[in-house]
Formats: sequence, structure tokens, C-alpha cells
Amino acid sequence: MADVATGAQSPRAALGTAVEGGPAPDPGDTAGTAGTAEPAGPAGTAEPAGPAGTAGPGDAPEPGDAAGGGLAAEGTGPTAGVPHRVLDQVVVRFAGDSGDGMQLTGDRFTTSSAMLGNDLSTLPDFPAEIRAPAGTLAGVSAFQVHISDHDILTPGDRPDVLVAMNPAALRANVGDLDPGATILVNTDAFEERNLAKAGYASNPLRDGTLDRFRVLEVAMTSMTMEAVKPSGTKPRDAERSKNFFALGLVSFMYTRPVEPTLAWIAGRFARTPMVAQANTLAFKAGWNFGETAELFDSVYEVRPAHLEPGTYTNISGNTAMAWGLVAAGQLARLPVFLGSYPITPASDILHELSKRKNFGVRTVQAEDEIAGIGAALGAAYGGALGVTTTSGPGIALKSETMGLAVSLELPLLILDIQRGGPSTGLPTKTEQADLLQAMFGRHGESPIPIVAPATPGDCFFVAIEAARIALKYRTPVLVLSDGYLANGAEPWRLPVVEDLPDISVPFASEPNHRRDDGSYDFWPYLRDPVTLARPWAVPGTSGLEHRIGGLEKADGSGDVSYSPANHETMVRLRAAKVAGIAADIAALEVDDPGGNGELLVLGWGSTYGAITAGARRARARGAKVATAHLRHLNPFPPNLAEVVRGYERVLVPEMNLGQLVRLVRAELLVDARALSKVSGQPFRAGEIEAAIMEMLEAPAARPVGSELTAGSLS
Amino acid sequence: MTDTVTPGLAAAGTAAAAATTPGAATPGAAPSGATAASARPVAVTTKKDWTSDQEVRWCPGCGDYSILTAVQMLMPELGVRREDTVFVSGIGCSSRFPYYMSTYGMHSIHGRAPAIATGLAVSRPELDIWVITGDGDALSIGGNHLLHALRRNVNLTILLFNNQIYGLTKGQYSPTSEPGKVTKSTPFGSLDHPYNPVSLALGAEATFVARTHDMDRKHMMETFRRAHAHRGASLVEIYQNCNVFNDGAFDAILTKDARPQMLIPLQDGEPIRFGPEGERGVVIEDGTARVVEVAEVGVDALAVHDEHREDPSLAFMLSRLAAGPYTPTPIGVFRDVERADYASLVNGQVEAAMVEKGPGDLASLLASGSTWTVD
Ligand SMILES: Cc1ncc(C[n+]2csc(CCOP(=O)(O)OP(=O)(O)O)c2C)c(N)n1
Ligand code: SF4
Ligand SMILES: [Mg+2]
Repeated sequence: MADVATGAQSPRAALGTAVEGGPAPDPGDTAGTAGTAEPAGPAGTAEPAGPAGTAGPGDAPEPGDAAGGGLAAEGTGPTAGVPHRVLDQVVVRFAGDSGDGMQLTGDRFTTSSAMLGNDLSTLPDFPAEIRAPAGTLAGVSAFQVHISDHDILTPGDRPDVLVAMNPAALRANVGDLDPGATILVNTDAFEERNLAKAGYASNPLRDGTLDRFRVLEVAMTSMTMEAVKPSGTKPRDAERSKNFFALGLVSFMYTRPVEPTLAWIAGRFARTPMVAQANTLAFKAGWNFGETAELFDSVYEVRPAHLEPGTYTNISGNTAMAWGLVAAGQLARLPVFLGSYPITPASDILHELSKRKNFGVRTVQAEDEIAGIGAALGAAYGGALGVTTTSGPGIALKSETMGLAVSLELPLLILDIQRGGPSTGLPTKTEQADLLQAMFGRHGESPIPIVAPATPGDCFFVAIEAARIALKYRTPVLVLSDGYLANGAEPWRLPVVEDLPDISVPFASEPNHRRDDGSYDFWPYLRDPVTLARPWAVPGTSGLEHRIGGLEKADGSGDVSYSPANHETMVRLRAAKVAGIAADIAALEVDDPGGNGELLVLGWGSTYGAITAGARRARARGAKVATAHLRHLNPFPPNLAEVVRGYERVLVPEMNLGQLVRLVRAELLVDARALSKVSGQPFRAGEIEAAIMEMLEAPAARPVGSELTAGSLS
Repeated sequence: MTDTVTPGLAAAGTAAAAATTPGAATPGAAPSGATAASARPVAVTTKKDWTSDQEVRWCPGCGDYSILTAVQMLMPELGVRREDTVFVSGIGCSSRFPYYMSTYGMHSIHGRAPAIATGLAVSRPELDIWVITGDGDALSIGGNHLLHALRRNVNLTILLFNNQIYGLTKGQYSPTSEPGKVTKSTPFGSLDHPYNPVSLALGAEATFVARTHDMDRKHMMETFRRAHAHRGASLVEIYQNCNVFNDGAFDAILTKDARPQMLIPLQDGEPIRFGPEGERGVVIEDGTARVVEVAEVGVDALAVHDEHREDPSLAFMLSRLAAGPYTPTPIGVFRDVERADYASLVNGQVEAAMVEKGPGDLASLLASGSTWTVD
């Protein structure tokens, strides 16, 4: 790599920065020279100015783990004429009106970055309305993507580049920018009406409010209209291609490959050639404009990340979940049956599975959530892998049937893609506030195992794990994903199919109970002595005809029984069966690089990325902090008590008002503290980092059980 | 009757056979016909073979007993196997029914049996699935599921025990109770307008709709036999006496003396007439069915019943003849038309996809998006 750019250029002013600090290298090591652009090298110091160089022995920087301080190096690339600078990472946010196609634009940018081999993480953020009033703050739709040449875990705390298609998009997002960030605005949209709709009294492009930023003004709408003329598109429609203009321009800025996007446009709009042509023209016009307008003194490159060898694809949590269900069916050698009622953000799983009929997947879009789970339970009774997918409001409706499934002791998967609640709440925003509903939201003693994925790709494996438990123990299992995982995407290394576990279980085929006279009959509730699972005898099996139902059953025979002692036995048996799963799940792993952590950050679900990144940053500032992430929430892994009691202080960040922390405190009698965030947005790494520092600095000052609020720390 | 009979349903048994040996079948392969099953003879059975060892616990004199007997007596005549037969019920006195049959059975939760049975029917289309439900179960809490099972034409035989009362909860009014009915929850009389289950089912374009009553075993058995033979959703409303909380609700039409005057037997292809001497009949005028004296209008003016008419309007008019069981009331089959059943459609798509794309390959699915390789 040629000429190294000096660090004099403010990292924030550059179009990319170091956000997630890796373990800080020794001060004298490379920090001073700060400038190797080789992505492999530990370059530059981590962003915070805190005590560097205190990393413990376990902190040896991994390739690609270090952050490069946003230093850029020149190079030559496909974008002739303009110098290239190499960045180690960049966070771009595309923002516009709901109708502007920002999700699509962000998604395309993500895919072409994934194809380049970057590590990445995305955060789509859109309103619940399909088309909120145009031009208003309520109608702003945004897509943030963090691309990097090293291992990253979050979509980034603050964008380096904001693409604002109109004043509302600017206004809604500018507060998240640090000084020096770049703003690419569509000037055509900055006319009086739009400014007024966004609540601007004067034009921010003219009144100096954006002085702190590097503003690139581009007349995107008019240039798009001009560019697409050859396609013959009507002016009203032509304007709609402006997101492709923006995509072209940003693709140029970041030297993303052009071909995949052009091929994608051709495929996606194959049935409307005029639209395909307009979008192609707009995309190329954006790219060419970047090249010729001399807006940029250089373009930027983010090199491939050093990911583990393998084949990768860019995957969202919902797709991974759907594929995990398909895989679970294959691994169990059972047909998958999905009964589901559409609800954001779970519907995509229904959509994806309904395409997979050649895997024997049957999907029924039921009349409501109750019917969805009912049909899934009926299918499970018949010997299928029954699945139902929904979000919080649907879980509320399904609870009675979940209770029936607990009583029938049939395998069933219930997927809750959580969103902001209560009630309709925030359909398109994320939250983790259904944990206690999942634990306790049924009448009677109704224990259900709970599993939660940590990342989008992890949804695949969690679906398989949930199916394994359900089948082996003949129990409904709840999976708690959320909107952030569902819609967020990351590069995912394809698993080797042959390495996936066999989760098949036998159906009952013979009578299992010896009568006094020596003959045999079938007892549907005669349990396996180890797993306590009852036999799964499906209709069609001769000699095993039996009746089951929601009335209490006699232990063993399964006949209706109102005996007090029997009920006591059965309630305890059902509880013991679920509790016993603890012996059959992975122990909780602790990440405590120095082995001397003074604080354990315990998380679950989608907070994994932010917690891990936040802890890395805190360690870079000298904090002695360990992390552990729960995948099984019921039962807890067997070593949880031991792990948690090994730390003086425990912090539990959650996107709720403290639900896991309540369980941990109640079950383990430890003084764990909550870090709560309920804004509908995922945690930022910086929020976790700040909470860690605060807790380590002034632990005693906090009253027992008090909670930290991410909002107050951000 | 000979030693063996042909199974009533063609595609029996393969999924079950595959199921008992996991791994033997292609995962998710749709049940592929009747090879194993039709080769297997159906043993001759008697009522006793269909009766479970559980003590029947309805009130003495309850109409549910005679319905149970009718079903248990019918089963040996249907040429079906116990192991391929499933009774799914909701909650209510009537919904205890599955416990008394020595088949597979599920006593589920209130109102949800049609939904549960839909999932079972789709994943195991070769099974013979009966849904047992009450007027509260099917028409109040489970009204939505009933409608959707009917419109989807799920292959279910639905027996709706209509006693015009909530029996199990000790006598509150139901969606079929007559206006003004005094019950525990309506001490001043019910204000709710009742609905007519047959009209409701026809409105949902159910492909098979019939009515029978607990006083006539032969009629019940014949009606159930027809309902069972129909591929698709069959709804049979059964007037059932709850002698504890709504005794005599149907006396106006069902006592031995009243029946000839008050029951209008529907017979396919025949003019609709009733009365001890067939002296009364039904005409359709201005979109309404009306009872007339045959002597006054002549036989040729009478409406001729056509079960197989695609358009449910005529059947609907007949269902409106009586506002309740107090005036002449049609019984028998209102409608019996062919329409592909839901499971066949769902499984047809699955089979077509397997033929078109080949059985799914997981590794190819995982690599079906844009991929790149890191060495
Ligand atoms: C969710 C729920 N709500 C209410 C009940 C109480 N309950 C049981 S049966 C029943 C009504 C049954 O009436 P019907 O369906 O007509 O059956 P019948 O007893 O008359 O045969 C009610 C309200 C219940 N078991 N579950
Ligand atoms: S309450 Fe009525 S319906 Fe229920 S068992 Fe007794 S008589 Fe039959
Ligand atoms: Mg009733």
C-alpha cells in the first residue's frame, strides 16, 4: 500500500472511523506510527482516550480485531482518477421518506459490501405505517449499515455518513451524528413545503446549523429525472428512481462493485423493463456523478475482513430462523408444519417458509393466532414438527393453547419475534419485554423451555436447538427473537450440513404397559425414566389408540383424574421434566480475558453484539470486565449460579425494565443490577461501555436493586 | 358383510407407516397414496370395538347418549380402522365424547377443535377426523374457527350438538337460545338474537350441511354416514336435549306426535313435502321458502330439493323456514357439493413443488443467496 495518509485528518471528519475498540495495543507499539492501512495489523489506538495498554495477557489482539482509528491510505482501485483511501470501517445511514426505498437501498449497499468480504451489521429502522404522511418526521425510514475490515458486532453507534433524502430525514437523524460526519443531502427536496413539514423554520443548508458537518449537496431528484429520460418513464415515476441515484453515488464513494447491483436490478424488475432501465440509469448516473463532480478528494475502500475460512452469505435473523426450521425438519426427518397469522416483525418467517414446499414444509395462514398455534399443535399430534410464529400480541392469544400443549406434552415450537409493547406498541421497533410473559404468561403451573438467539445467524442454530428440546422432551418450546435480530443482517458462515446434529426421535410403535394378567396395553403418560418424556404415539399406529386432553391425567395411564395427590404428582412431574433439560444443554461460557473480572455483564438475546463490543471498549480503558450470554433462559444452564456468584458485581443489560435480572435475583439471590433501555432501539456499544465504567467506578453508591438507564448514559 | 371391506378413504396409512419408523421416509414427503394401507384389510368390528373402557359421565337421560350410540353403531359399517380414526373436541358436555370412543382422540380447549383438526388434517390427510362440538363451543367462543374450517373445506366430519344451552357450565343461554330465554345469566330473559347453525354454515359456503336429532337413531346414522362419506368439511347440526338445563327445548317438533307435522324431511330430487299424508309442502316465491297446503298449490308448484346445487341460496332459503324449533323445520341434507378439500390442495402444492424442484436440499438452500468464499 502506498502513501499513508497522516492522522492529522480528523478521524471523525473522514468517512469512516473506529467505533468498536478492540483491545488496545501497547502504547509504543503501533499507535504512534498509526498508519498502517493493512487491515491485518493492529493499527492505531482504540477510539477512547482512556488508559490504553492495560490489556491483560488474554487480550492479544486478533487479526482484524483492532480498530484503526479511521486512518486512510491512498491506493489505486477501479475508480480511476480519484485517490483511494483505506478505512477500517464505516457506518452509513440511508434516510428518507417511507416511500423513498431506503430499506432497499441500504440492503443493496449491504449486499455488495458482503460480497466484497466485509464484516457487517445492519439496523433497519422504519415506521409502522406503510406510507406515513410524506415529508414528515413520522414518515422517515432509515437503514444503517456498519461495514468493516475486522470483526464487528453492532450496526455502529453513530453514522459517519448520513444520506438524507429530504429535510425530515435530516432532522430525524442529524442528532445522531458526531461533528465532522458527512451528510449527503438531496437538495431538491429542501424546498419550503418540505422544510415546513419537517419543522424547520429556516433552511438548515443555508443557516449554518450544519457547520459542524461536512455537507455534500446534490440535486438528486432533478439529476435522476434527467438521467432516466431515455427509459421513457413518466416524470412522476422517474423521480422514484432517486434512491438508486443515491445508491450509485454512495457506491462510488465507497468503491463498492457495480455489477452485482446492476444484475440485481435486472432480475428484480425483470417484469417491468421500463423500471429496470430507469433504475439502472439512475444508479449509473449517481456513480458517474460521483466520479465527475469532484465532490470528493478521494474515494474510500473498506477491505475484506479476516473472517474464518468458509462460504458466507449475508443473512437476516428471520431468514436464518426460517432456514433453521427447514433444517430442523430435515434433521428430525419430519415434515415441518407452520400455522401462523401475519404480524410484524414475524411475517417474513411465514413468507420464507411458504416458499419451501419442496422440503415438505406446509404452511397455513390461519384465521388468527389461536388457530395458528392450534393447527400447529394438531399437526404435532399427527407427527409433524409443528411450529407457530408471532410477536408479543400473538403470544398473548396463544397462551391458552400453549397450556394445552404443556398438558398434552407434545413437541411444538412457538417463535416470538418480540417488538415494543404493550398492546400494538411499536410494531417495527425492537424490545425484549416478553421474557416474563414467556416464563409465566399462562394459567396454572405451565413450564415451557425458552431459547433465545444472540445474532441474526444464530437464529438458525437456535431453531434447531429449540426443535431438539421439543422433540426429545415432548414439550412446547418458546424462542425469543426480536425485531432487531429479525431484520438485522450479518455475514454468516454457512454451516456444513453434515455437521448438524441428528435430532430425530422415534414414535411409539408398541404397547408399553404390562397389565397384571401379563398382557400389554398402551399408557400415553408412561414416561422415559431419564428425560421424563412421554411416548409420542401418532394416529395411524395400530394398537396405540388413546385419548388425551387438557383435563388432568392420571400419572401413567393418562386417564382423566381429579385425584388431589395425582395432580400434585403431575404438576411436579411436568416441572421436573423441564428443569431436567438443564443437564442436556451447554454450560454458560464466560468471556473473561484477564481471568480477573470484577464485573460480569450477563445478557441474553439480541444484546449480544452491543454487550461484547461495549465490554471490549471498556477493557481497552482498563476495565476488568467479563461477559456471559444466556441462550437458554428456561431452564438456565446448570453452571449459571456458579458463574454469577463468582463475580462481585453483575450487570444485566436488557431492552426491558429488568426481566432477566429479576429472575436472576430471585433464583440465585445475587445483587445483580439492571441496565434498561426501552426506546425501541437496540443498545449502543457506547451505552454498555459507559454503564460498565460507571458500575466499576462507584459500585457502593448504588442502592440495592437500582437500575441504570441507558438513556441517561448515552 | 364379508371379511374385509375397502377402506372408506383412499390414501390411508402411508404417513403413519413412515412415521413409526423415523428416517424411513423422505422428510416431509407427502403421503403418497394408499399402497400400504389398501393392502391391509379392515377387520370386521362391532359397536363394542369402538367403545372405550371409560365410564360415560353424562347426566342420565341426556341426549348425548343416543348420539354416542349412533356413532358407535355406525363405525363398524363404515369400513374404517380404529387407528386411522380421530375424534377431536372442544370443551362442553358434548366435548367429552372422544373419551368414550376407543379410537385416537383429543379433548382440546374451548372452541378450538376445528383449528386443531385443520392442522391434523393437513399433515395427515389419510386420517378420518371427526370434530365434536357444542353450540357454545362451535358458535360462540369458536365461531371464527368453525367458519374458516368450513370455507377452507377441511376434510372433517363436524358434529354440532345443539342443546341451545351451555350445559357444562350449568345452564347459561347460548348463541342458539331463543330470545327471551330465562337462564341463570338472563333472569329477565335473553336479549340476544340467536343464529341458525345451518344458515351460518351455508353462508360460509360449507360443502356439506345437514341437520338431524337425538330422537331418531336411524336418521342420525344415515346423516352421519353421508357426512362421513363427503370429502371436505361436513357440518351436521344435531338437535340434542339437555334434560337438566333445557329440557324439552325441541318438544314442539320432536315428540313422536309432533314429528310428522313439524319435521320436513329433505330428499334429494324430490318435491319437498311433509305431514302425515304428505299434505303440506314448501314453495319458493320471491326469494323465500314458504310452507303451503299441497291441495291449494298443486304438487308441481312445490320446490324440488337439490342437494348438489352449486349456489347455496336455495338451501339457505330452506334453512330460514323455521326461526327455531317451534314451527315446521327441515331435517336431512341441505347441501352436498364437490369442492377440493383443503389438505388435498395444500399437499398438492407440496407435491408439485417436489416434482418441479426436486426434494429440498438443505446445503443448496443455505447457499441460495449471494455467497462469497473466504479462504
Ligand atoms: C376458555 C374457556 N372459557 C370458558 C370455559 C367454560 N365453559 C366450558 S364449556 C362452556 C360452554 C359449553 O357449552 P356448549 O358448547 O353448548 O356445550 P354443552 O356443554 O352444552 O354440550 C363454557 C362456557 C372454558 N372451559 N374455557
Ligand atoms: S348438563 Fe345437559 S348436556 Fe350436559 S350432560 Fe347433563 S343433560 Fe347432558
Ligand atoms: Mg350446548
